[in-house]
Amino acid sequence: MGWESWIVDTLRRALAYGTPLLWGTLGEIYAERAGVVNLGVEGMMILGALSAFAVAQSTGNPWLGILAAAAVGGLSALIHAFFSITLRANQYVSGLALTIFGLGLSGLLGTSWVGISLRNPLPKATIPGLGDIPILGPALFRDHSYLTYIGLVLAAVLWFVLYKTRWGIVIRSVGESPSTADAMGINVFAVRYLCVVFGGVLAGVAGGFLSVEYRPSWTEGMTAGMGWIVIALTIFAAWDPLQAVGGVVLFGGLYHLAYRLQRWFPPEFLKLMPYAFAILVLAVAGLRKVRRGAPAALGLPYVRGQR
Amino acid sequence: MKRIGPFVLERRLAPTRTAVLGYSLLAIVIALLLMSIIFWAYGVSPVKAYSAIGRTTLGTRFGLMEILRRTIPLLLCGVGLVIAFRAKFWNIGAEGQLLAGAVAATWVALFSGIPAPWKIPAMFLLGFAAGALWGIIPALLKVKLQVNDVISTLMMNYIMAYLVKWLIYGPWRGPSMRGFAYTDLFPRDAWLPLLAYSKVHWPTLLIGLVAAVTAALILSRTRLGYEIRVAGDSPDAAHYAGIGFLGVSVWVMLLSGGLAGLAGVGEVAGIHHRLLEPDHVSLGYGYTAIIVAWLARGSPMAAIITSLLFGLIFAAGDEIKVTLQMPFQITNVFNGMILFFLIGVEFLLYWRVRFVGKGKGWAGKAGS
Amino acid sequence: MPKGLPAVAVSTHRACRTLLTKKQYSADQPVRQLDSLPTGPAILDGAMTEKRANAHPPPSEASKDVALLMVDIVKTFPGVVANDRVTFEVRRGEVHALLGENGAGKTTLMNILYGLYQADSGEIYLYGKRVRIRSPRDAIRHKIGMVHQHFKLVARHTVAENVVLGLSGTPFLAPARAVEGKIRELGELYGLKVDPKAHVWQLSAGEQQRVEIIKALVRGADILILDEPTSVLTPQESEELFKILERMKEEGHSVIFITHKLDEVMAVADRVTVMRRGKVVATLPTAEVDKPTLAKMMVGREVVFRLKKAACARGNEALVVENLWALSDRGLPALKGISFSVCRGEILGIAGVAGNGQKELVEVITGLRRATRGRVVVLGDDVTNKNPRRIADKGVAHIPEERLKMGIVPEMSVAENLILKKHHRPPFCRGFLLNLRAVRRFARHAIEEYEIMTPSPETPAKLLSGGNIQRLILARELSGEPALVVAAHPTYGLDVGATEQIRQILLQQRERGAAILLISEDLEELMTLADRIAVIFEGEIMGEVTPEEASLEEIGLMMAGEKRGVRA
Repeated sequence: MGWESWIVDTLRRALAYGTPLLWGTLGEIYAERAGVVNLGVEGMMILGALSAFAVAQSTGNPWLGILAAAAVGGLSALIHAFFSITLRANQYVSGLALTIFGLGLSGLLGTSWVGISLRNPLPKATIPGLGDIPILGPALFRDHSYLTYIGLVLAAVLWFVLYKTRWGIVIRSVGESPSTADAMGINVFAVRYLCVVFGGVLAGVAGGFLSVEYRPSWTEGMTAGMGWIVIALTIFAAWDPLQAVGGVVLFGGLYHLAYRLQRWFPPEFLKLMPYAFAILVLAVAGLRKVRRGAPAALGLPYVRGQR
Repeated sequence: MKRIGPFVLERRLAPTRTAVLGYSLLAIVIALLLMSIIFWAYGVSPVKAYSAIGRTTLGTRFGLMEILRRTIPLLLCGVGLVIAFRAKFWNIGAEGQLLAGAVAATWVALFSGIPAPWKIPAMFLLGFAAGALWGIIPALLKVKLQVNDVISTLMMNYIMAYLVKWLIYGPWRGPSMRGFAYTDLFPRDAWLPLLAYSKVHWPTLLIGLVAAVTAALILSRTRLGYEIRVAGDSPDAAHYAGIGFLGVSVWVMLLSGGLAGLAGVGEVAGIHHRLLEPDHVSLGYGYTAIIVAWLARGSPMAAIITSLLFGLIFAAGDEIKVTLQMPFQITNVFNGMILFFLIGVEFLLYWRVRFVGKGKGWAGKAGS
Repeated sequence: MPKGLPAVAVSTHRACRTLLTKKQYSADQPVRQLDSLPTGPAILDGAMTEKRANAHPPPSEASKDVALLMVDIVKTFPGVVANDRVTFEVRRGEVHALLGENGAGKTTLMNILYGLYQADSGEIYLYGKRVRIRSPRDAIRHKIGMVHQHFKLVARHTVAENVVLGLSGTPFLAPARAVEGKIRELGELYGLKVDPKAHVWQLSAGEQQRVEIIKALVRGADILILDEPTSVLTPQESEELFKILERMKEEGHSVIFITHKLDEVMAVADRVTVMRRGKVVATLPTAEVDKPTLAKMMVGREVVFRLKKAACARGNEALVVENLWALSDRGLPALKGISFSVCRGEILGIAGVAGNGQKELVEVITGLRRATRGRVVVLGDDVTNKNPRRIADKGVAHIPEERLKMGIVPEMSVAENLILKKHHRPPFCRGFLLNLRAVRRFARHAIEEYEIMTPSPETPAKLLSGGNIQRLILARELSGEPALVVAAHPTYGLDVGATEQIRQILLQQRERGAAILLISEDLEELMTLADRIAVIFEGEIMGEVTPEEASLEEIGLMMAGEKRGVRA
């Protein structure tokens, strides 16, 4: 293959594989920017995947499936929010509990949906005009899922909101110094709830994308650890929505490159590449001292009256 | 200090033992109640479900042996995780460390050429080492590069699972039937002895009990245990006191990973006698052990009890799968709920509820 | 204490209670004026100066100008009654000091006023109307502003972003820019100059405080609460703050000034309310009272301001610091070529406003931070950049600034905390096993000798009070007769009893022949204890003086950056 088409191909696959990662990461960025770590992304994604498939298959409308996934993701995030914000439980454990519960529940409820092929997967689209730019056109703007395009636009919008608007200042302040925000009359709990639920909605959509578009079917545990990779990417992206796009594309690209090396390696080695890359990505972030950019109050429950 | 109707909530400085026990039990009871709802939603009578469990799992010798059998890996992994959690090292990788131990045991059994009487000790030794190694890598990554321990240990699980798959589909491939691959059967001298008419490989159980006691002693009576507790409770104080995080983290993960590795040895040498697909070797013991350790609240001895509890849950899950045709995933649902409610009732530990009746202001309380 | 005052206070208190519960007590004089107060602020120009010149009017007339009235406030925390039936009143256009030592309940009372805490019982009245303040949002709505002792600022954000946080009426897009003009305007009016685009972490403490005040003013605060505002300021900056407060008084604001420093009360306040152990002791105009009286009210007994100190018997050099350079957490130079020495048997005090390198200096000397250049020599041995354990083993004791975070392990018992840095050596440790009996023996001995109040040696350390935690740390660090004691803010936040005890202990160590490096923001403490005082500013030593020859003004100048001898 010529190097041109090789680039295009790599970018295309990177974006396709990266779309659920992007949606998940954007959501987690907002949750963590408000100071709440959500380790339940895996659970939310899998529940989203199941509900999306079930609704899409029963109604024949994949978009309803995505909507259902969003709702389910938001609801499950609400559970995590309740335990970690209102009850001030350990955020890490609460998220883990959500993942365990989500994986179990989806396995339980999904038995009747296994092995069926979705009759109406999400359509793909090409953006007119932009699709004809050399190299970037076919890579980015041609024949991708709607969710991919929406995801990219969403990244830009979320970046803008976070850094250039009043809401952004509120969210970032809550994550940096909740006592300060509280003293200025901001309802810290409400902001955190909203951000966590928002993160859940996006995670749900990410899962829905998997079962309704990427692999239009349902299998138990089909997210295969993507939720964890999302968390790693959140750190790698330094909690910045635009850097998240870069990180996601990079990750997707690495994964695809590994896929290209299939000829020389046993298939299991390829399958473990994403997980090894996630560790690599975090190690690189550590070298870049990204951790310093973390929201200062990340992971700490807020109690009024304590500093 | 809050007033809700006729009750007054007062903040408490430290939870009492009875409160801890009571609220933990409360969490389990709530989870059981919710479980009934799920049973009912699935079309199964909760009464039928619980009585089936009561009759078979708790009521027969076979059932009790099943509980014990499930307890063994939970106990080993659980004790290891108690140590890790005491140092605030979130080892979610017990699953992978268990598999590492299983791999090492398989190698000793099938490919090492070690003569008969030394085979079993060698399996345990190398299994411990393999698990320890698999655990130390994330520890080094955390100390040197601040790599998040949750993610790194978790990713190592997936990596090890695929390594196992590669081994059984590739170089270590034995006969395969029905699409699942596995290695050859271990030679008899690599089989762990079992309790009569059961699947309880008692050497591993013994090791587990010894490990619990040893861990408790280490934490309370040794310098290492002291440093682990300081580092876990207050990293700033540990830094101030010159306690090296590298040393502590490596030791902690060595022990934690090693114990999980022993669990893996037990599973392949005691139950299956071959290396199988990863999720057949471990039914999520590594993940469930997290709840075992959490419920044990930092005490390796308490892990003995909590691992029995979850052994019961696993065995009950088996029973439900067989008699009620519900998927085994139901145990994950239950485990997730228990964990939620466990952390949910934690805040109750710091509040004391008193009944003051109507209309009383709270005059006369100043000074108490 | 003037005799009539308690009676007056009691009857005022009862009078207010009467009015509020709508019952008539025959013996009292109901204060009717509260009913007829106009709502909304009215500026009483000239009234304040007139009041100052005249004698203090009787309470019943004064209630005309009452801006704030807190009645019978009760607040408890587990184990302690922070506010015990407190009644507190502030008038329009006055600076009212709230005086008391640490733990007296002043900050708790103000936190209740600002909505951060909820009182267990009691009422709050603003301009005669009863109000419920359930959160800071309510307080802000009622035009109450608070400048906390530990600033509530987001360090990473800019001044404008901090000011605009939660401010209603700002645009959705680029709100920070919209408020920049207002910030500059207020800066002109009140003398609070600060750059709206600067990031807060770049600002000095004084500048950060100005941001806090601007935050309150932008939200239209009539009543301003300042919690220990001068704790982070140089003497000159404190003077500037007092000028700002005068301006605010002129503009009709009421200022509540929480402090434990008597000088400030006399300098800036019109009236003072003294609190002790959660109760109000008295409320008086400052013109009618003097410092010893206030001190006695604050503490409840005669306070000795000077400690007896033996002459300095200097021995060999215990600590020599040569041309020390080090970076701060942000990567900027925190120490720029510091050199000094401390001999055995003397106390060298390091004066300076927090944030000028003291923290980094302590950390480099004790091995907790890397020095990029220079040397640290303890008892003749170069210990630069050696790990903390080695340095501690050489005989260096470190009493850390952050008691709770660094000095103890909160969950572990008192006994276990007492062996913290020596746990790896005999007698506490043999091989890899701990000798628990030796630990218990040492704990019992230490608890007795240092008077650590604890139910038992097995009690978790986090349950101890601040003073007892510090006693624990001292017991631990000073056992084994260290040659060098590095004490960082050892009496910060402690009650008078503990403070006195700890100062005595330090002097005892000095007499024993230890070298003591004492870092403190309390100039009075340094003047009392130190044999020499070095002033640190932005990572450099500005100069060294002895307490006898130095004046507060001179030290204050050095703290603000003037090198000694430069001023004409």
